[in-house]
Amino acid sequence: MSSALSFDAIRLPPECDRLRQEVRAFLAEEIAAGSYDPEEPGNDHGFSPEFSRKVGAKGWIGMTWPRHYGGHERSFLERYVVTEEFRIANAPVRLHFVADRQSGPVLLKYATEAVKQDVLPRICRGEVCFAIGMSEPGSGSDLFAAATRATRTKGGWLINGTKVWTSNAHHAHYLIGLFRTSPASKDNRRHGLTQFLVDMKTPGISVNPIYQMTGQHDFNEVVFQDAFMPDHHVLGEVDGAWKQATAELAYERSGPERFLETFYVLQELVRVLGSDPDVRGAEGLGRLVAQVHALRRMSVSVAGMLHAGKEPVVEAAIVKDVGTLWEQALPQRARDLAAFVEEGASNRATFEEQLRFATLIAPKLTIQGGTTEILRGIIARGLGLR
Amino acid sequence: MESTSLIAETASRLLRHHCDPQTLTSSVDAAWQGPAWAALERAGLPLAWVPEELGGAGVGIEDGFTLIGLAGRYALALPLTETLLAGWLLARGAIAPPAGALTCAPTRQGDKVVLASAGTLSGRLRAVPFAEAAKHLALIAEREDGNGHAIALIALADAQVVPGRSIAGDALNAVDLQAVRPITIKDAPEGVDAHSLLAMGAAARAMQMSGALAAILDIAVAYANERVAFARPIAKFQAVQHNLARLAGEAAAAMAAAGSAAEALASAPAAAPTASFADALLLEVAAAKIRVGEAAGVGAGIAHQVLGAIGFTREHVLHRFTQRLWAWRDDFDNESAWAVRLGARIAARGSDELWPLLASR
Repeated sequence: MSSALSFDAIRLPPECDRLRQEVRAFLAEEIAAGSYDPEEPGNDHGFSPEFSRKVGAKGWIGMTWPRHYGGHERSFLERYVVTEEFRIANAPVRLHFVADRQSGPVLLKYATEAVKQDVLPRICRGEVCFAIGMSEPGSGSDLFAAATRATRTKGGWLINGTKVWTSNAHHAHYLIGLFRTSPASKDNRRHGLTQFLVDMKTPGISVNPIYQMTGQHDFNEVVFQDAFMPDHHVLGEVDGAWKQATAELAYERSGPERFLETFYVLQELVRVLGSDPDVRGAEGLGRLVAQVHALRRMSVSVAGMLHAGKEPVVEAAIVKDVGTLWEQALPQRARDLAAFVEEGASNRATFEEQLRFATLIAPKLTIQGGTTEILRGIIARGLGLR
Repeated sequence: MESTSLIAETASRLLRHHCDPQTLTSSVDAAWQGPAWAALERAGLPLAWVPEELGGAGVGIEDGFTLIGLAGRYALALPLTETLLAGWLLARGAIAPPAGALTCAPTRQGDKVVLASAGTLSGRLRAVPFAEAAKHLALIAEREDGNGHAIALIALADAQVVPGRSIAGDALNAVDLQAVRPITIKDAPEGVDAHSLLAMGAAARAMQMSGALAAILDIAVAYANERVAFARPIAKFQAVQHNLARLAGEAAAAMAAAGSAAEALASAPAAAPTASFADALLLEVAAAKIRVGEAAGVGAGIAHQVLGAIGFTREHVLHRFTQRLWAWRDDFDNESAWAVRLGARIAARGSDELWPLLASR
């Protein structure tokens, strides 16, 4: 019921302001020093070991994790600030982003003590890149159709099969994979899948690039042929991975990266429209700014609820549904609004270049990390419709 | 000073008892209005934003907004929000409001009341909600000599009130003032002008609309679970589920934007909450009115689609909400007017200032 939907007007606390200034100063220094080019479209996908190490040294990876695993025991809201400032500055966070957002928290919850002590501090230092092995050729949105097998062998498991659309796999040191350890049971088709921590150096794993229509290389095919996983790399309950997935998803779905991925188009649009736009330009701009403000307020609200220990699963799905559709539509709206701006506008070339890139990547925004259709199913369940 | 939960509890109880939308939909006349208003007045709700020393309940800004959200949840067809706003405006001029329903103006950009040196007020107000139903009007006027603003209370009997209805059938009137002598008039404090009322009113309507959106989401979800077609509840059809998920998204965006604007106004300096009309406040209020207005259009459309023909009947309760959602979009300036204002300001500040402004909220 909607009466259960909650989006309180939560503001980031004052300590976040200080942190934000620190992050901005760091990024300004990095840009000034030429460590990356913020104007280059899609630079956020940049993989930079040097940059990630500096971010780790700043204490901005694993911010919310316990100190004895290398974390910093700061609040989830502080992490939010770092994430959004890095996103806005197109910082090259590809090496550590997935590990920080998703993989680390999974390890914290389900890995053995030895694994935690080995891997988590290295994530915090910005040294380790993670990939997520969920989709397969025959299993995309329908995760529970996964067929890549893990079979018992002495001291561990042998993995055979293929994962696909695996972002970062060509860089990754580790992958957290979902593998079939038993057939689905009659009364529960979600039964029989187990999460593993996969060391990508394991013999029997090969990574094949799949180039994207943008010309970039982001995702891959990962083939397992008798790849050996030791027992202590099982994460959580054997056959029970389905119980482990849901809570983390609220973090994954509601962050600022779910509506800010094409934000640079809006910034360039403001530039191209100039300081005194006509009524059409002003109205279009006003609406876009209102929409992104509302999204950010929704997203911060969910962050606040997570911080308070609640599980706003439906609210998080709503943020991703509305947010990804907005960031996907933004290039089209910007194109319309800039249609009559004269060719001579000072940043026209930059605008066109960024618009082209954003238009090319837009289709993936409502697919990656849970499609619009899947999200709406989750929202519908939350509303009590299924 | 009551706590938020107590105010919300009192208001909910009274609204449930006197203003149940289903009961009102079946009622043949407006006889419910007298007792309902009297009950709200007895509880001190219409003058919640007036300090105790001026005869009001002295409730905080945020609690008042909670009340307004509830009025929206019940599609309340009484000038509760208007009286709250009028009381708020009069309190800025330290004017004690009279008893009874009040309304306020101007509610549209470009509408203007001029205070002549002789002390009389003149101007045309295009759309004053409930002017026919209220006895008094609180307004903000510009001095003829351009020397600041004044807050005035006038008797509507002294003005020409043109009969009119909103799309929801509630009184919405043009009001002509020709050398009207006010009952009371005071200088407006520094920084309080017609924009201050527009901002407060826009945030209030946004809150009211977000309440109505939450209500139509509930109505549509309940209906989808009850209505059987092709041998199952229509809630089981994916097309219906996805429409309702979109409605939930619109309601969520509305709640977030309206709640944020209300909180922003509530935590602005107490003397004149909208005094500086600073950029952050402009962003909050404009974004609320724009985004909630957009959600009202999309959301009402989805709710009607889910309800089908029954939702299009006079006897069904849905129209009490959807028609008001459509009507309220236009009060205190519509989405387009606020978008032009916000967009122009964003452009003038320049691209580099966009993110810092958003992040400051």
